[in-house]
Amino acid sequence: MREGRSSEMSDEEPPGGGGPPPPFSDQVLENVLESVLQFLDCRRDRNAASLVCRSWCRAEGQTRRELFIGNCYAVSPARAVERFPRVRALVLKGKPRFADFELVPAGWGAGFSPWLAALATSNPWLERLCLKRMSVSDADLSRLARSFPSFRDLTLICCDGFGTVGLAAIAEHCRHLRVLDLIENDVEDQGLDWVSRFPESTTSLESLVFDCVGCEVNMDALEALVARSPSLRRLRVNQRVSVRQLRSLMVRAPQLSDLGTGSFGEGGEVGEGEGEVEVADLEAAFAASRSLVCLSGFRNHAPQFIPAIYPVCANLISLNLGYSVITAEELEPVIIHCHNLQTFWVLDTVHDEGLQAVAATCKDLRELRVFPLDGTEDSEGFVSDIGLIAISEGCPKLRSILYFCHGMTNAAVVSMSKNCPELVVFRLCIMGLRRPDRLTGEAMDEGFGAIVMNCKKLTRLAVSGLLTDKAFLYIGKYGKSVRTLSVAFAGNSDSGLRYVLEGCPKLQKLEIRDSPFGDAALLSGLHHYYSMRFLWMSSCKLSIRGCKEVAQRLPHLVVEVIRDRPEKDDDEAIDDGEAVETLYMYRSLAGPRDDAPRFVKIL
Amino acid sequence: MSPPLEHDYIGLSEISTMESSDKFSSSASSSATVAEDADDRRRQALNLKETELRLGLPGSESPDRKEKVGLTLGLLPKSFVSGAKRGFSDAIDGRAGEWGFAGGAGSEGELGKGGVSFSPRGEGGAGGQHSGQGSAGKDAVAKAAGQEKKAPAPAQASGGSDRGIAPAAKAQVVGWPPIRSYRKNTMATNPLKNKEDAEGKHGFGCLYVKVSMDGAPYLRKVDLKTYNNYKELSSALEKMFSCFTIGQCGSHGIPGRDGLSESRLMDLLNGSEFVLTYEDKDGDWMLVGDVPWEMFTDSCRRLRIMKGSDAIGLAPTAMEKCKNRS
Repeated sequence: MREGRSSEMSDEEPPGGGGPPPPFSDQVLENVLESVLQFLDCRRDRNAASLVCRSWCRAEGQTRRELFIGNCYAVSPARAVERFPRVRALVLKGKPRFADFELVPAGWGAGFSPWLAALATSNPWLERLCLKRMSVSDADLSRLARSFPSFRDLTLICCDGFGTVGLAAIAEHCRHLRVLDLIENDVEDQGLDWVSRFPESTTSLESLVFDCVGCEVNMDALEALVARSPSLRRLRVNQRVSVRQLRSLMVRAPQLSDLGTGSFGEGGEVGEGEGEVEVADLEAAFAASRSLVCLSGFRNHAPQFIPAIYPVCANLISLNLGYSVITAEELEPVIIHCHNLQTFWVLDTVHDEGLQAVAATCKDLRELRVFPLDGTEDSEGFVSDIGLIAISEGCPKLRSILYFCHGMTNAAVVSMSKNCPELVVFRLCIMGLRRPDRLTGEAMDEGFGAIVMNCKKLTRLAVSGLLTDKAFLYIGKYGKSVRTLSVAFAGNSDSGLRYVLEGCPKLQKLEIRDSPFGDAALLSGLHHYYSMRFLWMSSCKLSIRGCKEVAQRLPHLVVEVIRDRPEKDDDEAIDDGEAVETLYMYRSLAGPRDDAPRFVKIL
Repeated sequence: MSPPLEHDYIGLSEISTMESSDKFSSSASSSATVAEDADDRRRQALNLKETELRLGLPGSESPDRKEKVGLTLGLLPKSFVSGAKRGFSDAIDGRAGEWGFAGGAGSEGELGKGGVSFSPRGEGGAGGQHSGQGSAGKDAVAKAAGQEKKAPAPAQASGGSDRGIAPAAKAQVVGWPPIRSYRKNTMATNPLKNKEDAEGKHGFGCLYVKVSMDGAPYLRKVDLKTYNNYKELSSALEKMFSCFTIGQCGSHGIPGRDGLSESRLMDLLNGSEFVLTYEDKDGDWMLVGDVPWEMFTDSCRRLRIMKGSDAIGLAPTAMEKCKNRS
């Protein structure tokens, strides 16, 4: 403790007598600290500052405005709110990522209600909220809208449990709403016209994203809303919006910088006296959108309208064609103008030729995602190692790639590792299970090995294809910055997992499925699990015995065993030798959660 | 390196009479064991194996494979000789009755809690059979219900090219490939686009392949899924290319200088002046017509109408490939 300093402080007394007694020295110290600490933004810096001493911890807690909680069960809402009473922005993440792929049964948890209750009662200053993979009910949204008078930004990603009723509540009661971003949520269609609920006056809306809302919106209301939202810079509509309707919106918001185009096709009601939209009119609307740098949508586009976007291509930083069934022939005339493109999402229907066209033009590309049109393992491949090599040769600044393919070669992956030294995220999904190098028949060990060896900045890695323990040896040996690792159908033995747990000091998130790692491998990571956010292992070779041992040795770890037999009596004693279908474990200050459903057993 | 043993790593040995290979998506790789009787399966397995294209590394083939190959040679028409030019119509006529089982008899029923999510699929075939080998606790399948399933194909072993047979339902592993359910739902609900342009783009249920013809100035595309058999494909191609002559191009519908008409082109094709070939998944060029229609549509990457003289020394047909590897 800094005794010396506090005695210095006490020497400073206000001039003159008869004034109030000087503030208690510790309190002065904390006030000063708070004034200084409020300039600290980065949460990692703040975490470090809070470890200095108690008074720093307190001061930091008082001044933290943005709170990031990567696992909603890692801490109890009450405790979080108590430590950080003045939080203005909260990010909360719930379900494990594999829930996106139906590996987590419904009803597992991650409800928002307890958090809302804690916040609503003690922190009325909340302004911004971002939830990812949480269950949020309409009642929650309604309460949210009424509890925080300054509430401005709501972002929901991959959430469920709510519908248009909740959206209506937000629209109606959040008078200062700036951001309403709904991204890949499962939104219930209760038929409510939520867009009409926004206040009649000029709004402060800056961003409205609702492409995941399946039901039709009231287009008149939407047009009027856009017209009275002068600050609107991002608008992403759903696929119910036809290209004709889109044009009407665009002319009312020429200041947009980010546009989600909805279907970009025909359809929608053609009103009286209205004809179908002309390509020229649409193109004019794009030409007038001088600030447009980010384009998405194209959910069901009609090819004749694609040329309408040519006027904005040269300005585009981000283009998302990931839901658009588009061929190389259709892509080429577009992409050839996109010199400034940094982010590009596309379907594999463009083939390797399409990717070659991208590589030829988009020299500034930072992020590429190539999604499969047909996700079945055996379907005809559309992109391959050829496309990957082309991208690696054309886009040296690449930082992040997600690439779905059916066949791959080690040579191509090695080539990318050498040509793209800036890679931070490398996620390769060879869709056929355990596919080897399609030319040499070897395992894909060398390719992924090269990635971890050559890409020094790599923090996120997803592997696939035929992989032996050797691949994991490489990861453990060279993947010193890796924080997130996804493994599926890989490895030969416990050694594989051991290499990673012993070799990767920065590892925080590890998700493994269908790989032959057992209890011995699990136990080799005991030294590290408190540094991790979570470990997921499904369809591996774990038994209850091994998981129990981890739970006993690490009391601050919550060890959840998720079964697929919900009807089983949860009082039934579990046999230690029983195979564990899914293990999900995470560090927590809160202890075992009390909302676990029957199919979850906490050891 | 040598391929790993194809074991289910929990140690259950794979029992598979219906081997599926990576190249062979129309084979009934789904858990079709209960729905059909053993006879059907064996018969189908016979036919599947004979035409199976596998990366058969030495030692990785099942022991009974060799005999089967020998057995089924006899099923092929006599005109099959290595290197011989075969008119397209030969292939059609010789085959009409034989491929009706359509390799797609897979019902994708999961046998209750059967192990769809567990079968390892090693390289080069002998892949997992999603039979009731499901390991204990594979009730992951229960939640797989409804996910990534194609419409179940009726289990028929009848002859005749029956359009009613959907492409073989491929049993899917739960949550693999890792595509978010949001994306899957979104893509699934997108209606297939109306294509005024017949050479439109891909979509679910379309299988466009390029067709080139020697001497023609540009390519065409056909959607293989719109045809039920080789005959239909051939007449469609004939219509498409009837304006072309060897080395000359007449305008559409107008006979070229040599007075080519549709029927003349057919003559050309039938008379082995031209041969229809296709490039399969391996990149090999094969004569069209050797394999069952469904198998062809699954492995055909593109088509080429080749001059007969160029077809000598063509890569071995599927049958030969098989034979050479066994």
